[in-house]
Amino acid sequence: MGISRRQFFRSIAGTFLSLSVMSVFPERLFARWNAGAFKAGKLDDAVRELYGTLPEEDSSSIELTVPEIADDGAFVPVSVSSGMPGITSISIFSETNFSPLVASFDILPRMRPNLSLRIRMAETGKVVVIAKAGDRLYRTSKLVVVSVGGCG
Amino acid sequence: MKVKAVAVNEVVSVKLLIPHPMETGRRKDQGGNIVPAHFITEVTASHKGQEVFHAEFGPGVSRDPFFAFQFDGAKAGDTLTISWVDNKGSSEKSDFPIVAM
Repeated sequence: MGISRRQFFRSIAGTFLSLSVMSVFPERLFARWNAGAFKAGKLDDAVRELYGTLPEEDSSSIELTVPEIADDGAFVPVSVSSGMPGITSISIFSETNFSPLVASFDILPRMRPNLSLRIRMAETGKVVVIAKAGDRLYRTSKLVVVSVGGCG
Repeated sequence: MKVKAVAVNEVVSVKLLIPHPMETGRRKDQGGNIVPAHFITEVTASHKGQEVFHAEFGPGVSRDPFFAFQFDGAKAGDTLTISWVDNKGSSEKSDFPIVAM
């Protein structure tokens, strides 16, 4: 004997319910967002969530421009630029933030590796940039002194 | 969204300002209640159907995100389409002209 009529209609109802939920919130379910990386409380964990365990080295080929002193930690301007070929991703971190990963950029084929972004810094600390090129990660960082913390 | 996209020798420099509260979810209001997290999670830009920018943002991006990027292969008169999504499912998508210097 197959499934009962009751079971059959229950399963259809369940499918309709989940389909209607998905149509109301399509963006939330299908938007790409690396929650593991953005929620990591430690910078190295966030790096691992983003890039796995690729070999990493410090690099002077990534130019990171930040103010030495930020009057307002809520608005710290960061610029990143590099002449290194083959960069496919650049991520910006504020080491002393509750969740260090601030933003991650895909460096798409037509993009130049020149970016600027205003970030929040909770307190004085390092702004860290990681660039991925090939199967290697390249790191640079600079200390920013923050006069007034930016996380409310 | 406020966008300025300028083409010089087919290299386009784009500056954007997206008004958005970018609440971290850790701030307390006057009454001592936590203001829920509300922030842009993803921004995309495309030109002639090709993606020319894609970024994931978290609550560490400042309120009213202000950012800039550059891409190749577009001329003044072309159109740049920019869209964003936030963690509450809101989104916006608009076209902007690429202008000459």
